[in-house]
Amino acid sequence: MRALCIAILAALAAASPANAAETLTVYTYESFTAEWGPGPQVEKAFEAECGCDLKFVSVADGVALLNRVKLEGQSTKADIVLGLDTNLTADAKASGLFAPAGIDQSALAVPGGWSDDVFVPFDYGYFAVVYDTEKVSAPPKSLAELVEGDPKIKIVIEDPRTSTPGLGLVLWVKAVYGDRAADAWAKLKRRVLTVTPGWSEAYGLFTKGEAQMVLSYTTSPAYHIIAESTERYQAAAFSDGHYLQVEVAGMTVNGAKNPLSQKFLAFMTSPAFQDVIPETNWMFPAAKTGKPLNPAFDRMVKPAKTLIFSPEEVAHNRQAWVDEWLKAMSE
Amino acid sequence: MSAAIRDPRVRAGVAAIAVIVALIGGAFIGLAVEGAADFARALSAFDAYYVRVAIFTLWQAALSTLLSVAPAILVARALSRHPAFTGRGLVLRLFALPLALPAIVAALGILALLGRAGYFAGLLSWLLGGDWPGIYGLSGILVAHVFFNLPLATRLFLEALGTVPTDQWRLASQLGMGVAPSFRLIEWPVLRSALPAVAGLVFMLCVTSFTIVLTLGGGPAATTLEVAIYQALRFDFDPARAVALTFGQIVLTVASIWLLSRLGADPVRDANLGVAPPRRFVTVQATERAINIAVIVVAALFVVGPIASIIVSGLASDLAGLASQASVQRASLTSLGFGASSALIAVLLSLALVAMRRALETMRRSRRRSLLEYAADTGAGFVLVVPPIVIGAGWFILGRHVGDVFLLAPFMVVSVNAIMAMPFVVRAIRPAHDAAAERHDRLAASLGIAGWNRFRLIDWPSIRRPLLTGFAFAMALSLGDLGVIALFGSDAVKTLPFLLLERMGSYRTSDAAGLALLIAALCLGLMAVADWSGKERA
Repeated sequence: MRALCIAILAALAAASPANAAETLTVYTYESFTAEWGPGPQVEKAFEAECGCDLKFVSVADGVALLNRVKLEGQSTKADIVLGLDTNLTADAKASGLFAPAGIDQSALAVPGGWSDDVFVPFDYGYFAVVYDTEKVSAPPKSLAELVEGDPKIKIVIEDPRTSTPGLGLVLWVKAVYGDRAADAWAKLKRRVLTVTPGWSEAYGLFTKGEAQMVLSYTTSPAYHIIAESTERYQAAAFSDGHYLQVEVAGMTVNGAKNPLSQKFLAFMTSPAFQDVIPETNWMFPAAKTGKPLNPAFDRMVKPAKTLIFSPEEVAHNRQAWVDEWLKAMSE
Repeated sequence: MSAAIRDPRVRAGVAAIAVIVALIGGAFIGLAVEGAADFARALSAFDAYYVRVAIFTLWQAALSTLLSVAPAILVARALSRHPAFTGRGLVLRLFALPLALPAIVAALGILALLGRAGYFAGLLSWLLGGDWPGIYGLSGILVAHVFFNLPLATRLFLEALGTVPTDQWRLASQLGMGVAPSFRLIEWPVLRSALPAVAGLVFMLCVTSFTIVLTLGGGPAATTLEVAIYQALRFDFDPARAVALTFGQIVLTVASIWLLSRLGADPVRDANLGVAPPRRFVTVQATERAINIAVIVVAALFVVGPIASIIVSGLASDLAGLASQASVQRASLTSLGFGASSALIAVLLSLALVAMRRALETMRRSRRRSLLEYAADTGAGFVLVVPPIVIGAGWFILGRHVGDVFLLAPFMVVSVNAIMAMPFVVRAIRPAHDAAAERHDRLAASLGIAGWNRFRLIDWPSIRRPLLTGFAFAMALSLGDLGVIALFGSDAVKTLPFLLLERMGSYRTSDAAGLALLIAALCLGLMAVADWSGKERA
């Protein structure tokens, strides 16, 4: 009996907060922590460097990530939140839950430059419609062609209430159509097979052959070329431009008390992390890598025009624009 | 009354009622506080989207009811015209299966069969002369609702047809009545009187359907209020909108209940029935026989299809590999633990209520029942109509002021499922308990046996089996549930249905099929235990 008591006490001691400082908790989205995602490699590399325990907690996608942190508020266990994008940073800052990163950002290289003292970018990409060449002979050449096209050829999109690509498409349509966005959605709706909570669900449906097109990134075909040696899946180049996504991570106010947080953000902009990104997250690196990009990335669609709203514009209008989407899609 | 309060059985009963009231009341407090705190936002949530969701909720329920009930009349009639063919018992047993099957498992079975990549996709594409579009949205929801409710309605109608007195059939036979007149004069009046209650029950089940709409809805165009509540909390984290939607769900549910009670239905009725005694006075012509056989075969195939595809795709998956996954093992343990705890709580609460009701009944002198006795009797049944998502949403909103709401997961899942199972458990144990009490009360009183000794020596042997029935039934319900856990599930706490939802979401189809088979086997096993212990005499 005494031995049991000692064992229980020992177990309690092991779980006590004294050890918590050795752990870094990172909230992120599901496809980041998937077996084929960057998570496992990042975890190994960072743990080797810091001699600590890196713990991932994942939710469906980027917007859900912000909602989760807002929901937990001051009591959040997240030290780092990784996987928001510039469309959410103003909102995230307004929550007062994030602390300035305080790291050297000179190594960063993202389109349009970077100046944000709270959030640090880790990769970027352009949203694109990826299609199956075996089923789609005439891919859309513009957003208008996507909207007006044959309703029998289906696309899977993500939900803007949970997913950053989903929100990206809402903003993309807004950037191109402006006040006529609701009409565009009413038309596009006929082509939407289903709306998924996150990117991984949507892409899974697409590769399973349930839909002929999916909302993803210009860089997605690189995965099929490099990992599967097939040219079957391609991104459609839109003449009216592609919406840019810069994915970022930030340190929470709670996380600022953990010295590992800042270490992680610095690590994130180093080649050890950036090298992992292109061929696991299938996005462009946001800082210098240790080795050159696979040449397949050079063959990806290069946007004719880059579309983007400022974080403040998005923060100001997100609710109204998502509500507009919801109304159009529920009709 | 003072004597009643001193009786331990009454005290236990009052405590049980307090637990239930606290759980449901707490949820409503959470909703009310949030609604009051952000009243403007809650009010602004009553927008065009809200109206569409509410209309869709009613529309899909109305269509599901029509599509379930109308064919059920044909199937029930066909079954009643042929009271003694080989395999009839099997068909009836088959029709009891969907009730025991968790909704998420059935949804997966239907997708495996009729989805764009399902077993029938090739055939359907060929028949349509184009690509089979799959069954996302309204069509998927309807197929699933009919899968659950057609067999239920059939069994209820068959029960109604069983009440036709044998004399009427004999008379009809002597008069040489044909198919049409005997339907018009004998069968239809019985069916018509059962129709409102059956349709009302099915409608009610479809209005509050959550899992089916969540898994087969596929987008904002096919969203019901319950799913919208879930999305407002888990997607948007927009508690004010969740409060507004919950209000709508409560109004709809209350209206449906009111309608249902006006139509004379019992929302917690037992849909199990014995095989009706054979009647020998019906002679069926060859044409009608052929039609009846076709109706029964089609209905049976419709029910068999998804079940068979669960079994086939489940067996084809890598079951051994699945069993060795740490996440699956953990979810299994979590599910079994949650299921057993909530079944235990359900049984204890039910026992307390049943004992109190009996105690109050024997103590009272007038014919009028006290409020307490009423609460223990009819009142308990009404928890069924409070949607679990509503209770979950209330606590979710309340819990976030306290700290990490996801820490509430075990408590919420166990307690809500326990309370939802309670009306069924009460029904399982009350007849045996009251009968035993009737038999032993005086003897026990004259021998001075009371309290724990009386329970151990006298009550326990006679209610042991019904308790097992209730326990197994409650555990099966809890194990297959995906309502509360959908709200509270997280990396830290996953049950088997939650894990299945996740695997379905990431299109790990083979894993999902294996998990569905596992959940189905557990639930059907528990239901078989409930069935067996409910039937056999102690």
